[in-house]
Amino acid sequence: MSTANLEEFRQEIRTWIDENLPSELRVGTRKDLPKKLLSQWNKALISRGLVAPEWDTEYGGGGLDRKQAGVVKEELNAVRAPKLRTFGVAMLGPTLLEFGTEEQKREFLPQIARNEVTWCQGYSEPGAGSDLASLQTRAVREGDEYIVTGQKIWTTGADKADWIFCLVRTDPDAPKHEGISFLLFPMKQEGVKVSPLNLIDGSADFSQVFFDGARAKASHLVGPLNGGWTIAKRLLQHERTQDGGSEGGITGAMKDTIFDLVKREVGLDASGTLQDPTIRERLAQQELEQLGLRLTMRRAGEEMRASQTGRDIASLGKYRWANMVKDEQDIAMMAMGAQGLGWSGDGFGADQLERTRAWLTTRADSIWGGTNEVQLNVIAKRVLKIPE
Amino acid sequence: MGLILTEDQLILRDMAKSFFDEKSPVERMRALRDSRDAVGFSRDLWKEMGELGWIGILFPESVGGADMGYGELGVVLGECGRVLAPEPFMSTVLLGGNAILLGGNEPLQKELLPDVCSGNRILSLAFQERGRFAPYAIETKAKRDGDHYTITGRKSFVLDGHVADQIVVAARTAGSSGEREGLSLFVVEADAPGLTIHRDDLVDGRNGAHLVLENVAVDGARVLGTVDAGADVLDAVFNRATVGLCAEMVGSFEEAFERTLEYLKTREQFGVKIGTFQALRHRIANLFAEMEFTRSIVRDAQTAIDEGRNDIAEATSAAKARCSEVAPLIAGEAVQMHGGIGMTDEEEIGLFFKRLKAAELSLGDAIFHRNRFAHLRGY
Ligand SMILES: Cc1cc2nc3c(=O)[nH]c(=O)nc-3n(C[C@H](O)[C@H](O)[C@H](O)COP(=O)(O)OP(=O)(O)OC[C@H]3O[C@@H](n4cnc5c(N)ncnc54)[C@H](O)[C@@H]3O)c2cc1C
Ligand SMILES: Cc1cc2nc3c(=O)[nH]c(=O)nc-3n(C[C@H](O)[C@H](O)[C@H](O)COP(=O)(O)OP(=O)(O)OC[C@H]3O[C@@H](n4cnc5c(N)ncnc54)[C@H](O)[C@@H]3O)c2cc1C
Repeated sequence: MSTANLEEFRQEIRTWIDENLPSELRVGTRKDLPKKLLSQWNKALISRGLVAPEWDTEYGGGGLDRKQAGVVKEELNAVRAPKLRTFGVAMLGPTLLEFGTEEQKREFLPQIARNEVTWCQGYSEPGAGSDLASLQTRAVREGDEYIVTGQKIWTTGADKADWIFCLVRTDPDAPKHEGISFLLFPMKQEGVKVSPLNLIDGSADFSQVFFDGARAKASHLVGPLNGGWTIAKRLLQHERTQDGGSEGGITGAMKDTIFDLVKREVGLDASGTLQDPTIRERLAQQELEQLGLRLTMRRAGEEMRASQTGRDIASLGKYRWANMVKDEQDIAMMAMGAQGLGWSGDGFGADQLERTRAWLTTRADSIWGGTNEVQLNVIAKRVLKIPE
Repeated sequence: MGLILTEDQLILRDMAKSFFDEKSPVERMRALRDSRDAVGFSRDLWKEMGELGWIGILFPESVGGADMGYGELGVVLGECGRVLAPEPFMSTVLLGGNAILLGGNEPLQKELLPDVCSGNRILSLAFQERGRFAPYAIETKAKRDGDHYTITGRKSFVLDGHVADQIVVAARTAGSSGEREGLSLFVVEADAPGLTIHRDDLVDGRNGAHLVLENVAVDGARVLGTVDAGADVLDAVFNRATVGLCAEMVGSFEEAFERTLEYLKTREQFGVKIGTFQALRHRIANLFAEMEFTRSIVRDAQTAIDEGRNDIAEATSAAKARCSEVAPLIAGEAVQMHGGIGMTDEEEIGLFFKRLKAAELSLGDAIFHRNRFAHLRGY
């Protein structure tokens, strides 16, 4: 698409956003958004094909090219529009597009793009975290079905999910990476039990999942039998990129930016300078880190489009993003002092309580989707190519 | 301009890379240092760079320049950084040349800049009077006397000052040290009566003279910018020189990084390559992330200047804050991961370590620029 046409397209998207996105929602992807407005906005996104702008229209996508999709993303980010980013859209969709059969794409992608079906990710097990490939959950073929037995853990959203994309062992005798398959099956069935876990931030978003004779259609196995590991890794790349690539991290979802919060909590002197020089420097470092991440992700995109020798920066982005969002909350806690130690009660502002919870929630960011240590292992091995 | 090199810039980079590889390996810099060369760099090589159009990249065509930008200059400076070439881009182009370009009237520009572009004139900027960078901490005084000024004071860290033909001197025409108001800039001839120039050798093998000025007379026509408002020019010069310095730093620490990475893949201890030890793998992976982020931020600062954005000062401080934080980290780890050999003068990694320290502290360290950035960002 020519630059002029792209600008025209940008105007079109801007107008569309203006007409469809109420001001109450222009605050980022928050948990406490007005439900009715949010569902209207999500409907608007769905009918304009903007949940999955780059997918073909026959799969429920927007049929846009990469540049147009980039414009959509920029414009939505610019007004802090809440995102409809689900396991289905961000991870399973792109993976099915690459590895799924035509039938699988037609069956699952349109539902995802219309946000009709909720997915969860069945990777981790009690004995298989970082060493994911040692997973033990078994799937055995029986007629045109697989019968699944075993246990998953830390499965985000399992209690609400309709379907699961699950890593299962289909050949227990093969070397550990070569006996794994990628299987899709419904959660709402006998043979699947979900038991939620409470997290340190007071939420219970993730669960233990027990499979005892759960059933999956054989036609819902993605890619080759025992060839699931490659697919699993590709999906992890999508998982790592989505947040490393998200501009501003969790800041985008808070009412106040970290800068507003620190100014308010610490106070400015007459010359407009933060009272505390150490916090000021920490804040500057935080902002520089946000800038570095944003520019580096943009640069990676440009490298890819210009097909210059781009480096794989999914791991790098995930690793630095995780540290950055954690550090942001550490700064907030330092700035709030005792006011950051509240759990409930009207002695604390809603924004303060929210920050405290965010400080707890973000501890997970250097754990899920591959821990920081695992990301560093990947960078050393795959990007810097240092033999092990 | 995007965050990646354009086609033309890629061609320029390849040219510069083969030029420096062939004519200026790190041993050349070492030889200049060890022989305590009278100039401290190669005038011949400098003139070759003039012929290639590299010295004049920033300057308008009317004075013999190429009228290009920091994106292009950054490419050349990055390659200088990779081989630690000591040629006087900093003194003559980024500081002195920029002062004339941004503050000089047309006759001054026509008089001085053509020889700068061809490599036949060396300039410098004398601003610093104490150790830590503090741009307005200037006590040197300039008194008006009819149609000229007389300057008295002391200056230090005047890069390549011992071979400069003209030195731009920042002096106080009003106010007191630390104030932004009351500064003025003067083009002083190196052989002006009352000026003595003492060559000082620096830790990175380069030169930074100190000057004593005793009633040095300068014609009023040789003032840059406006009297008492010299800081307007000075600030603009510092921003641009800092962005240039950052480009050189990126070249130097990328080279130090790559050499260290290579060392991890070849050095054996305990019967294996030391690169197999996770304690080193994780650290070098993190350095890689630091390096990539910093490269993006520096490129953005170049773009800010080249596109005349209104956040040049912010982008500059962002770049230097990151460079000055990352340079000692990478250089320090590079020496550490080389073990005992990293401590030797013979191994080149130490030369990178020293040059990067000089660059880190020049024109403001990380603390200075983080604070300046915070100030510009309103906190
Ligand atoms: C909020 C949250 C949501 C999650 N959602 C999901 C989900 O939806 N679906 C799902 O399948 N999983 C999910 N997970 C699980 C997550 O993927 C795992 O927790 C993660 O992979 C780490 O595994 P582990 O917890 O078993 O830790 P372990 O692997 O036991 O790690 C313990 C520590 O050892 C370190 N370590 C391990 N191996 C190495 C190594 N080779 N080198 C250096 N250090 C190492 C780790 O970095 C870590 O610090 C979620 C986790 C969290 C926190
Ligand atoms: C100033 C100076 C004076 C000295 N004086 C003496 C002296 O008087 N007598 C004498 O005998 N020696 C002396 N030494 C030598 C000194 O003991 C060695 O330099 C040191 O033991 C490191 O060995 P190396 O230089 O071979 O580095 P290497 O062992 O090759 O190490 C290179 C890098 O790899 C790292 N590394 C190596 N193994 C591991 C591992 N298993 N896990 C993680 N990282 C690892 C190291 O920490 C280092 O960063 C001196 C050294 C110096 C610098």
